[in-house]
Amino acid sequence: MKRFLIPLGLFVVLVGFLAWGLKPGYDPHEIPSPLVNKPAPQFELSQLAAPDKNFSPLEMRGKVWLLNVWASWCVSCRQEHPVLVALSKTATVPIYGLNYKDTRADAQKWLDRLGNPYVISLFDGDGRVGIDYGVYGVPETYVIDKSGIIRYKQIGPVTPEVLSKKILPLVKELQKS
Amino acid sequence: MTIENPIGTRQFLLALAWLLLCGLAYAKEAPPLAADEAVEKRLVSISEEMRCLVCQNESLASSQADLAHDLRREIRGLIKEGKSDQEVMDFMVNRYGDFVRYRPPMKASTYLLWFGPFVLLAGAIAALIVYLRQRRGRVAEAAGSTLSADERRQAEALLTQHESENTQ
Repeated sequence: MKRFLIPLGLFVVLVGFLAWGLKPGYDPHEIPSPLVNKPAPQFELSQLAAPDKNFSPLEMRGKVWLLNVWASWCVSCRQEHPVLVALSKTATVPIYGLNYKDTRADAQKWLDRLGNPYVISLFDGDGRVGIDYGVYGVPETYVIDKSGIIRYKQIGPVTPEVLSKKILPLVKELQKS
Repeated sequence: MTIENPIGTRQFLLALAWLLLCGLAYAKEAPPLAADEAVEKRLVSISEEMRCLVCQNESLASSQADLAHDLRREIRGLIKEGKSDQEVMDFMVNRYGDFVRYRPPMKASTYLLWFGPFVLLAGAIAALIVYLRQRRGRVAEAAGSTLSADERRQAEALLTQHESENTQ
């Protein structure tokens, strides 16, 4: 009987590792961002709707805001879009868009058709600002606090669950401070 | 047995050589990858040390993902600005974290990764030593004891039985 204990123990350990790998919500593609709790990288980009007007995150000092990286070619962005549109209607937190590696015409058409949840969308045609923010898969969403520090990064679409369990509680807390 | 060959080996080889030569005549010399060969060489040597963020089992040098193209463009720019390899690596790590490096740095969170295998090895060696010591004890014990008359008879019975089976 005792001789079965060792293989049984090893099997239990193996099952433990496998269960850990299958944990719901565990995505090996999710890479923890080194930018969380660091100042949001500065940039100066033209606005999607008004190419002659620029925007810089400095203008957002003193406000908690979301920066959502999106593109008209991105399938998951369509999935999260209704969530963002609904959020924008509640006016709890301003959402700014970073239109990543897109064309102005396609992006504008996409917003006209599906609704525009963004206060302003910034146009990052060559993806340089995306690289500064460590974007590696759209959509990605950053929660940035009053002093311009990134407090959370959502990789992949914002789902109603992520919004109500992570993003909104964090935003409320940051708005108080 | 020989296989019937309608053209014959010699003709076949000649035809093959002719076909290959035709190919050579059509092929052109590969165009240079970029104007600046030194920059490209450094780009490859740096980006081979980095993991592509999109296809995570490919190096940044070999990945064809869109982001990999963009990142190679950025690295090329940094090299042309005269940045050192370390500065380029820092640029990437600041944005994407240690995940981009194929060689993880030695720090508190990676001690398990670096020393884990050695800890396992030491544990296995210790277990082996304990096992061998115990076995040596058992062997010595068995060698020290003599067989009782009963056990001797049993052993002989087994041996003769074995012999008779062999002769059958």
